[in-house]
Amino acid sequence: MCLAIPARIVELEGDRAVVDAMGNCWKAKTTLLPEAKLGDLVLIHAGFALSLVDEEEAKKTWQLIAEISEFDDTPNKVSG
Amino acid sequence: MLDRINKAQKLINSACEALGRRIDIMEVCGTHTVSIFRNGIRSILPESLKLLSGPGCPVCVTDQGYIDTVLNLADRNDCIIATYGDMIRVPGKDHSLETKQAKANVKVVLSSEDALQLAKDNPEHTVVFVAVGFETTAPATAVVVREAAAESIDNFCVLSGHKLVVPAMRALLSGKNDNIDAFLCPGHVSVIIGYGAFAEIVEDFNRPCVVAGFEAVQIVDGLAEICRQLSTGKAELTSVYSAVVSEKGNIAAQQIVDECFEPVDGYWRGLGKIERSTLRLNDKYGQFDAFKRFDISETPSEERKDCRCGEVLCGLIDPPVCGLFGQTCTPQEPVGPCMVSSEGACAAWFKYGREKIHKR
Repeated sequence: MCLAIPARIVELEGDRAVVDAMGNCWKAKTTLLPEAKLGDLVLIHAGFALSLVDEEEAKKTWQLIAEISEFDDTPNKVSG
Repeated sequence: MLDRINKAQKLINSACEALGRRIDIMEVCGTHTVSIFRNGIRSILPESLKLLSGPGCPVCVTDQGYIDTVLNLADRNDCIIATYGDMIRVPGKDHSLETKQAKANVKVVLSSEDALQLAKDNPEHTVVFVAVGFETTAPATAVVVREAAAESIDNFCVLSGHKLVVPAMRALLSGKNDNIDAFLCPGHVSVIIGYGAFAEIVEDFNRPCVVAGFEAVQIVDGLAEICRQLSTGKAELTSVYSAVVSEKGNIAAQQIVDECFEPVDGYWRGLGKIERSTLRLNDKYGQFDAFKRFDISETPSEERKDCRCGEVLCGLIDPPVCGLFGQTCTPQEPVGPCMVSSEGACAAWFKYGREKIHKR
């Protein structure tokens, strides 16, 4: 259902961020996670960071995403 | 990792043997459903343990009336429909949003921010954001509604179909399927609401609730914890996903949802009307409520009688029991929403489960 994708914050200005997951970069916001800092690993869902996540957990999820579907398709599947 | 799975498997086997009856465990998360199939988890479980895929995929639980409302709005020349990709192929009475997409007023967005941007870029149109999803997705909608209000983006509105997981679990146990012995609770919904939100299910219904991650080991660990609880006869609230999920969840996200939305009675596919289970924009942000703007009353509309998605979502039947499954209903040409979404139970059974069925 609501799979959130771990990604690293590689740019941050106010609550506007650019995040990177396995080399895929996209825009996201940190409005819902005000404590997020540049370089943090966060879970992203529907364009928003929802929580901090550690490196080991992020790797597990990346692996799962890569297994479940082509990674490029995944950000399209926000809610189902 | 294998050691951990073996250990969990032993625990599951001995607990199920001691219980000596069928055990029904429901997962309420489409990503769990897919991961369970993908990793062949069913194959290592004893026969008496049955995994049910519950109402955990937002596209699947969205009522036909809501989908028909979206399709009607897509017919208007003054509207642009902004939707997450998942919804685009769900069939309505005669067509889906995908067929409307050719008309160019249906746009797929990756985030709620993209939907708001569409409104800014198209001031002559009203942008209707098709806001579906559980508690994980609702905060993203709330943020842009607040932004639209602050910036007076009056041509933006939200058709909120956001659903709440816990009321659905209560509805299942209160009538539709009280044979469910325990719940494997959704990991990323819990990131927002916190695992503490499931306490009422444990307390009021005496059913184990275990929050788990999505990896095979995490799911098997979660199932083992459920079996341990069932064998001791004491239901507890547990998270085996503590690296990500806290007891209280994301407070900032909860606050913004509370600021913008209120829970109202809502219709679910298969489960019917559930009290306080759907989020609707509150009076403060009422001007952005598409239901109000277009004077739409939410009424249930009839589902196809031969489509058994409703029973699948309640865990009453496995998808292959439906007469349409794999025949007239396939991922290429889906009839019901559980076949449309890649995380729907029917699509997962179709993709991963058919070989097993043929062997029976």
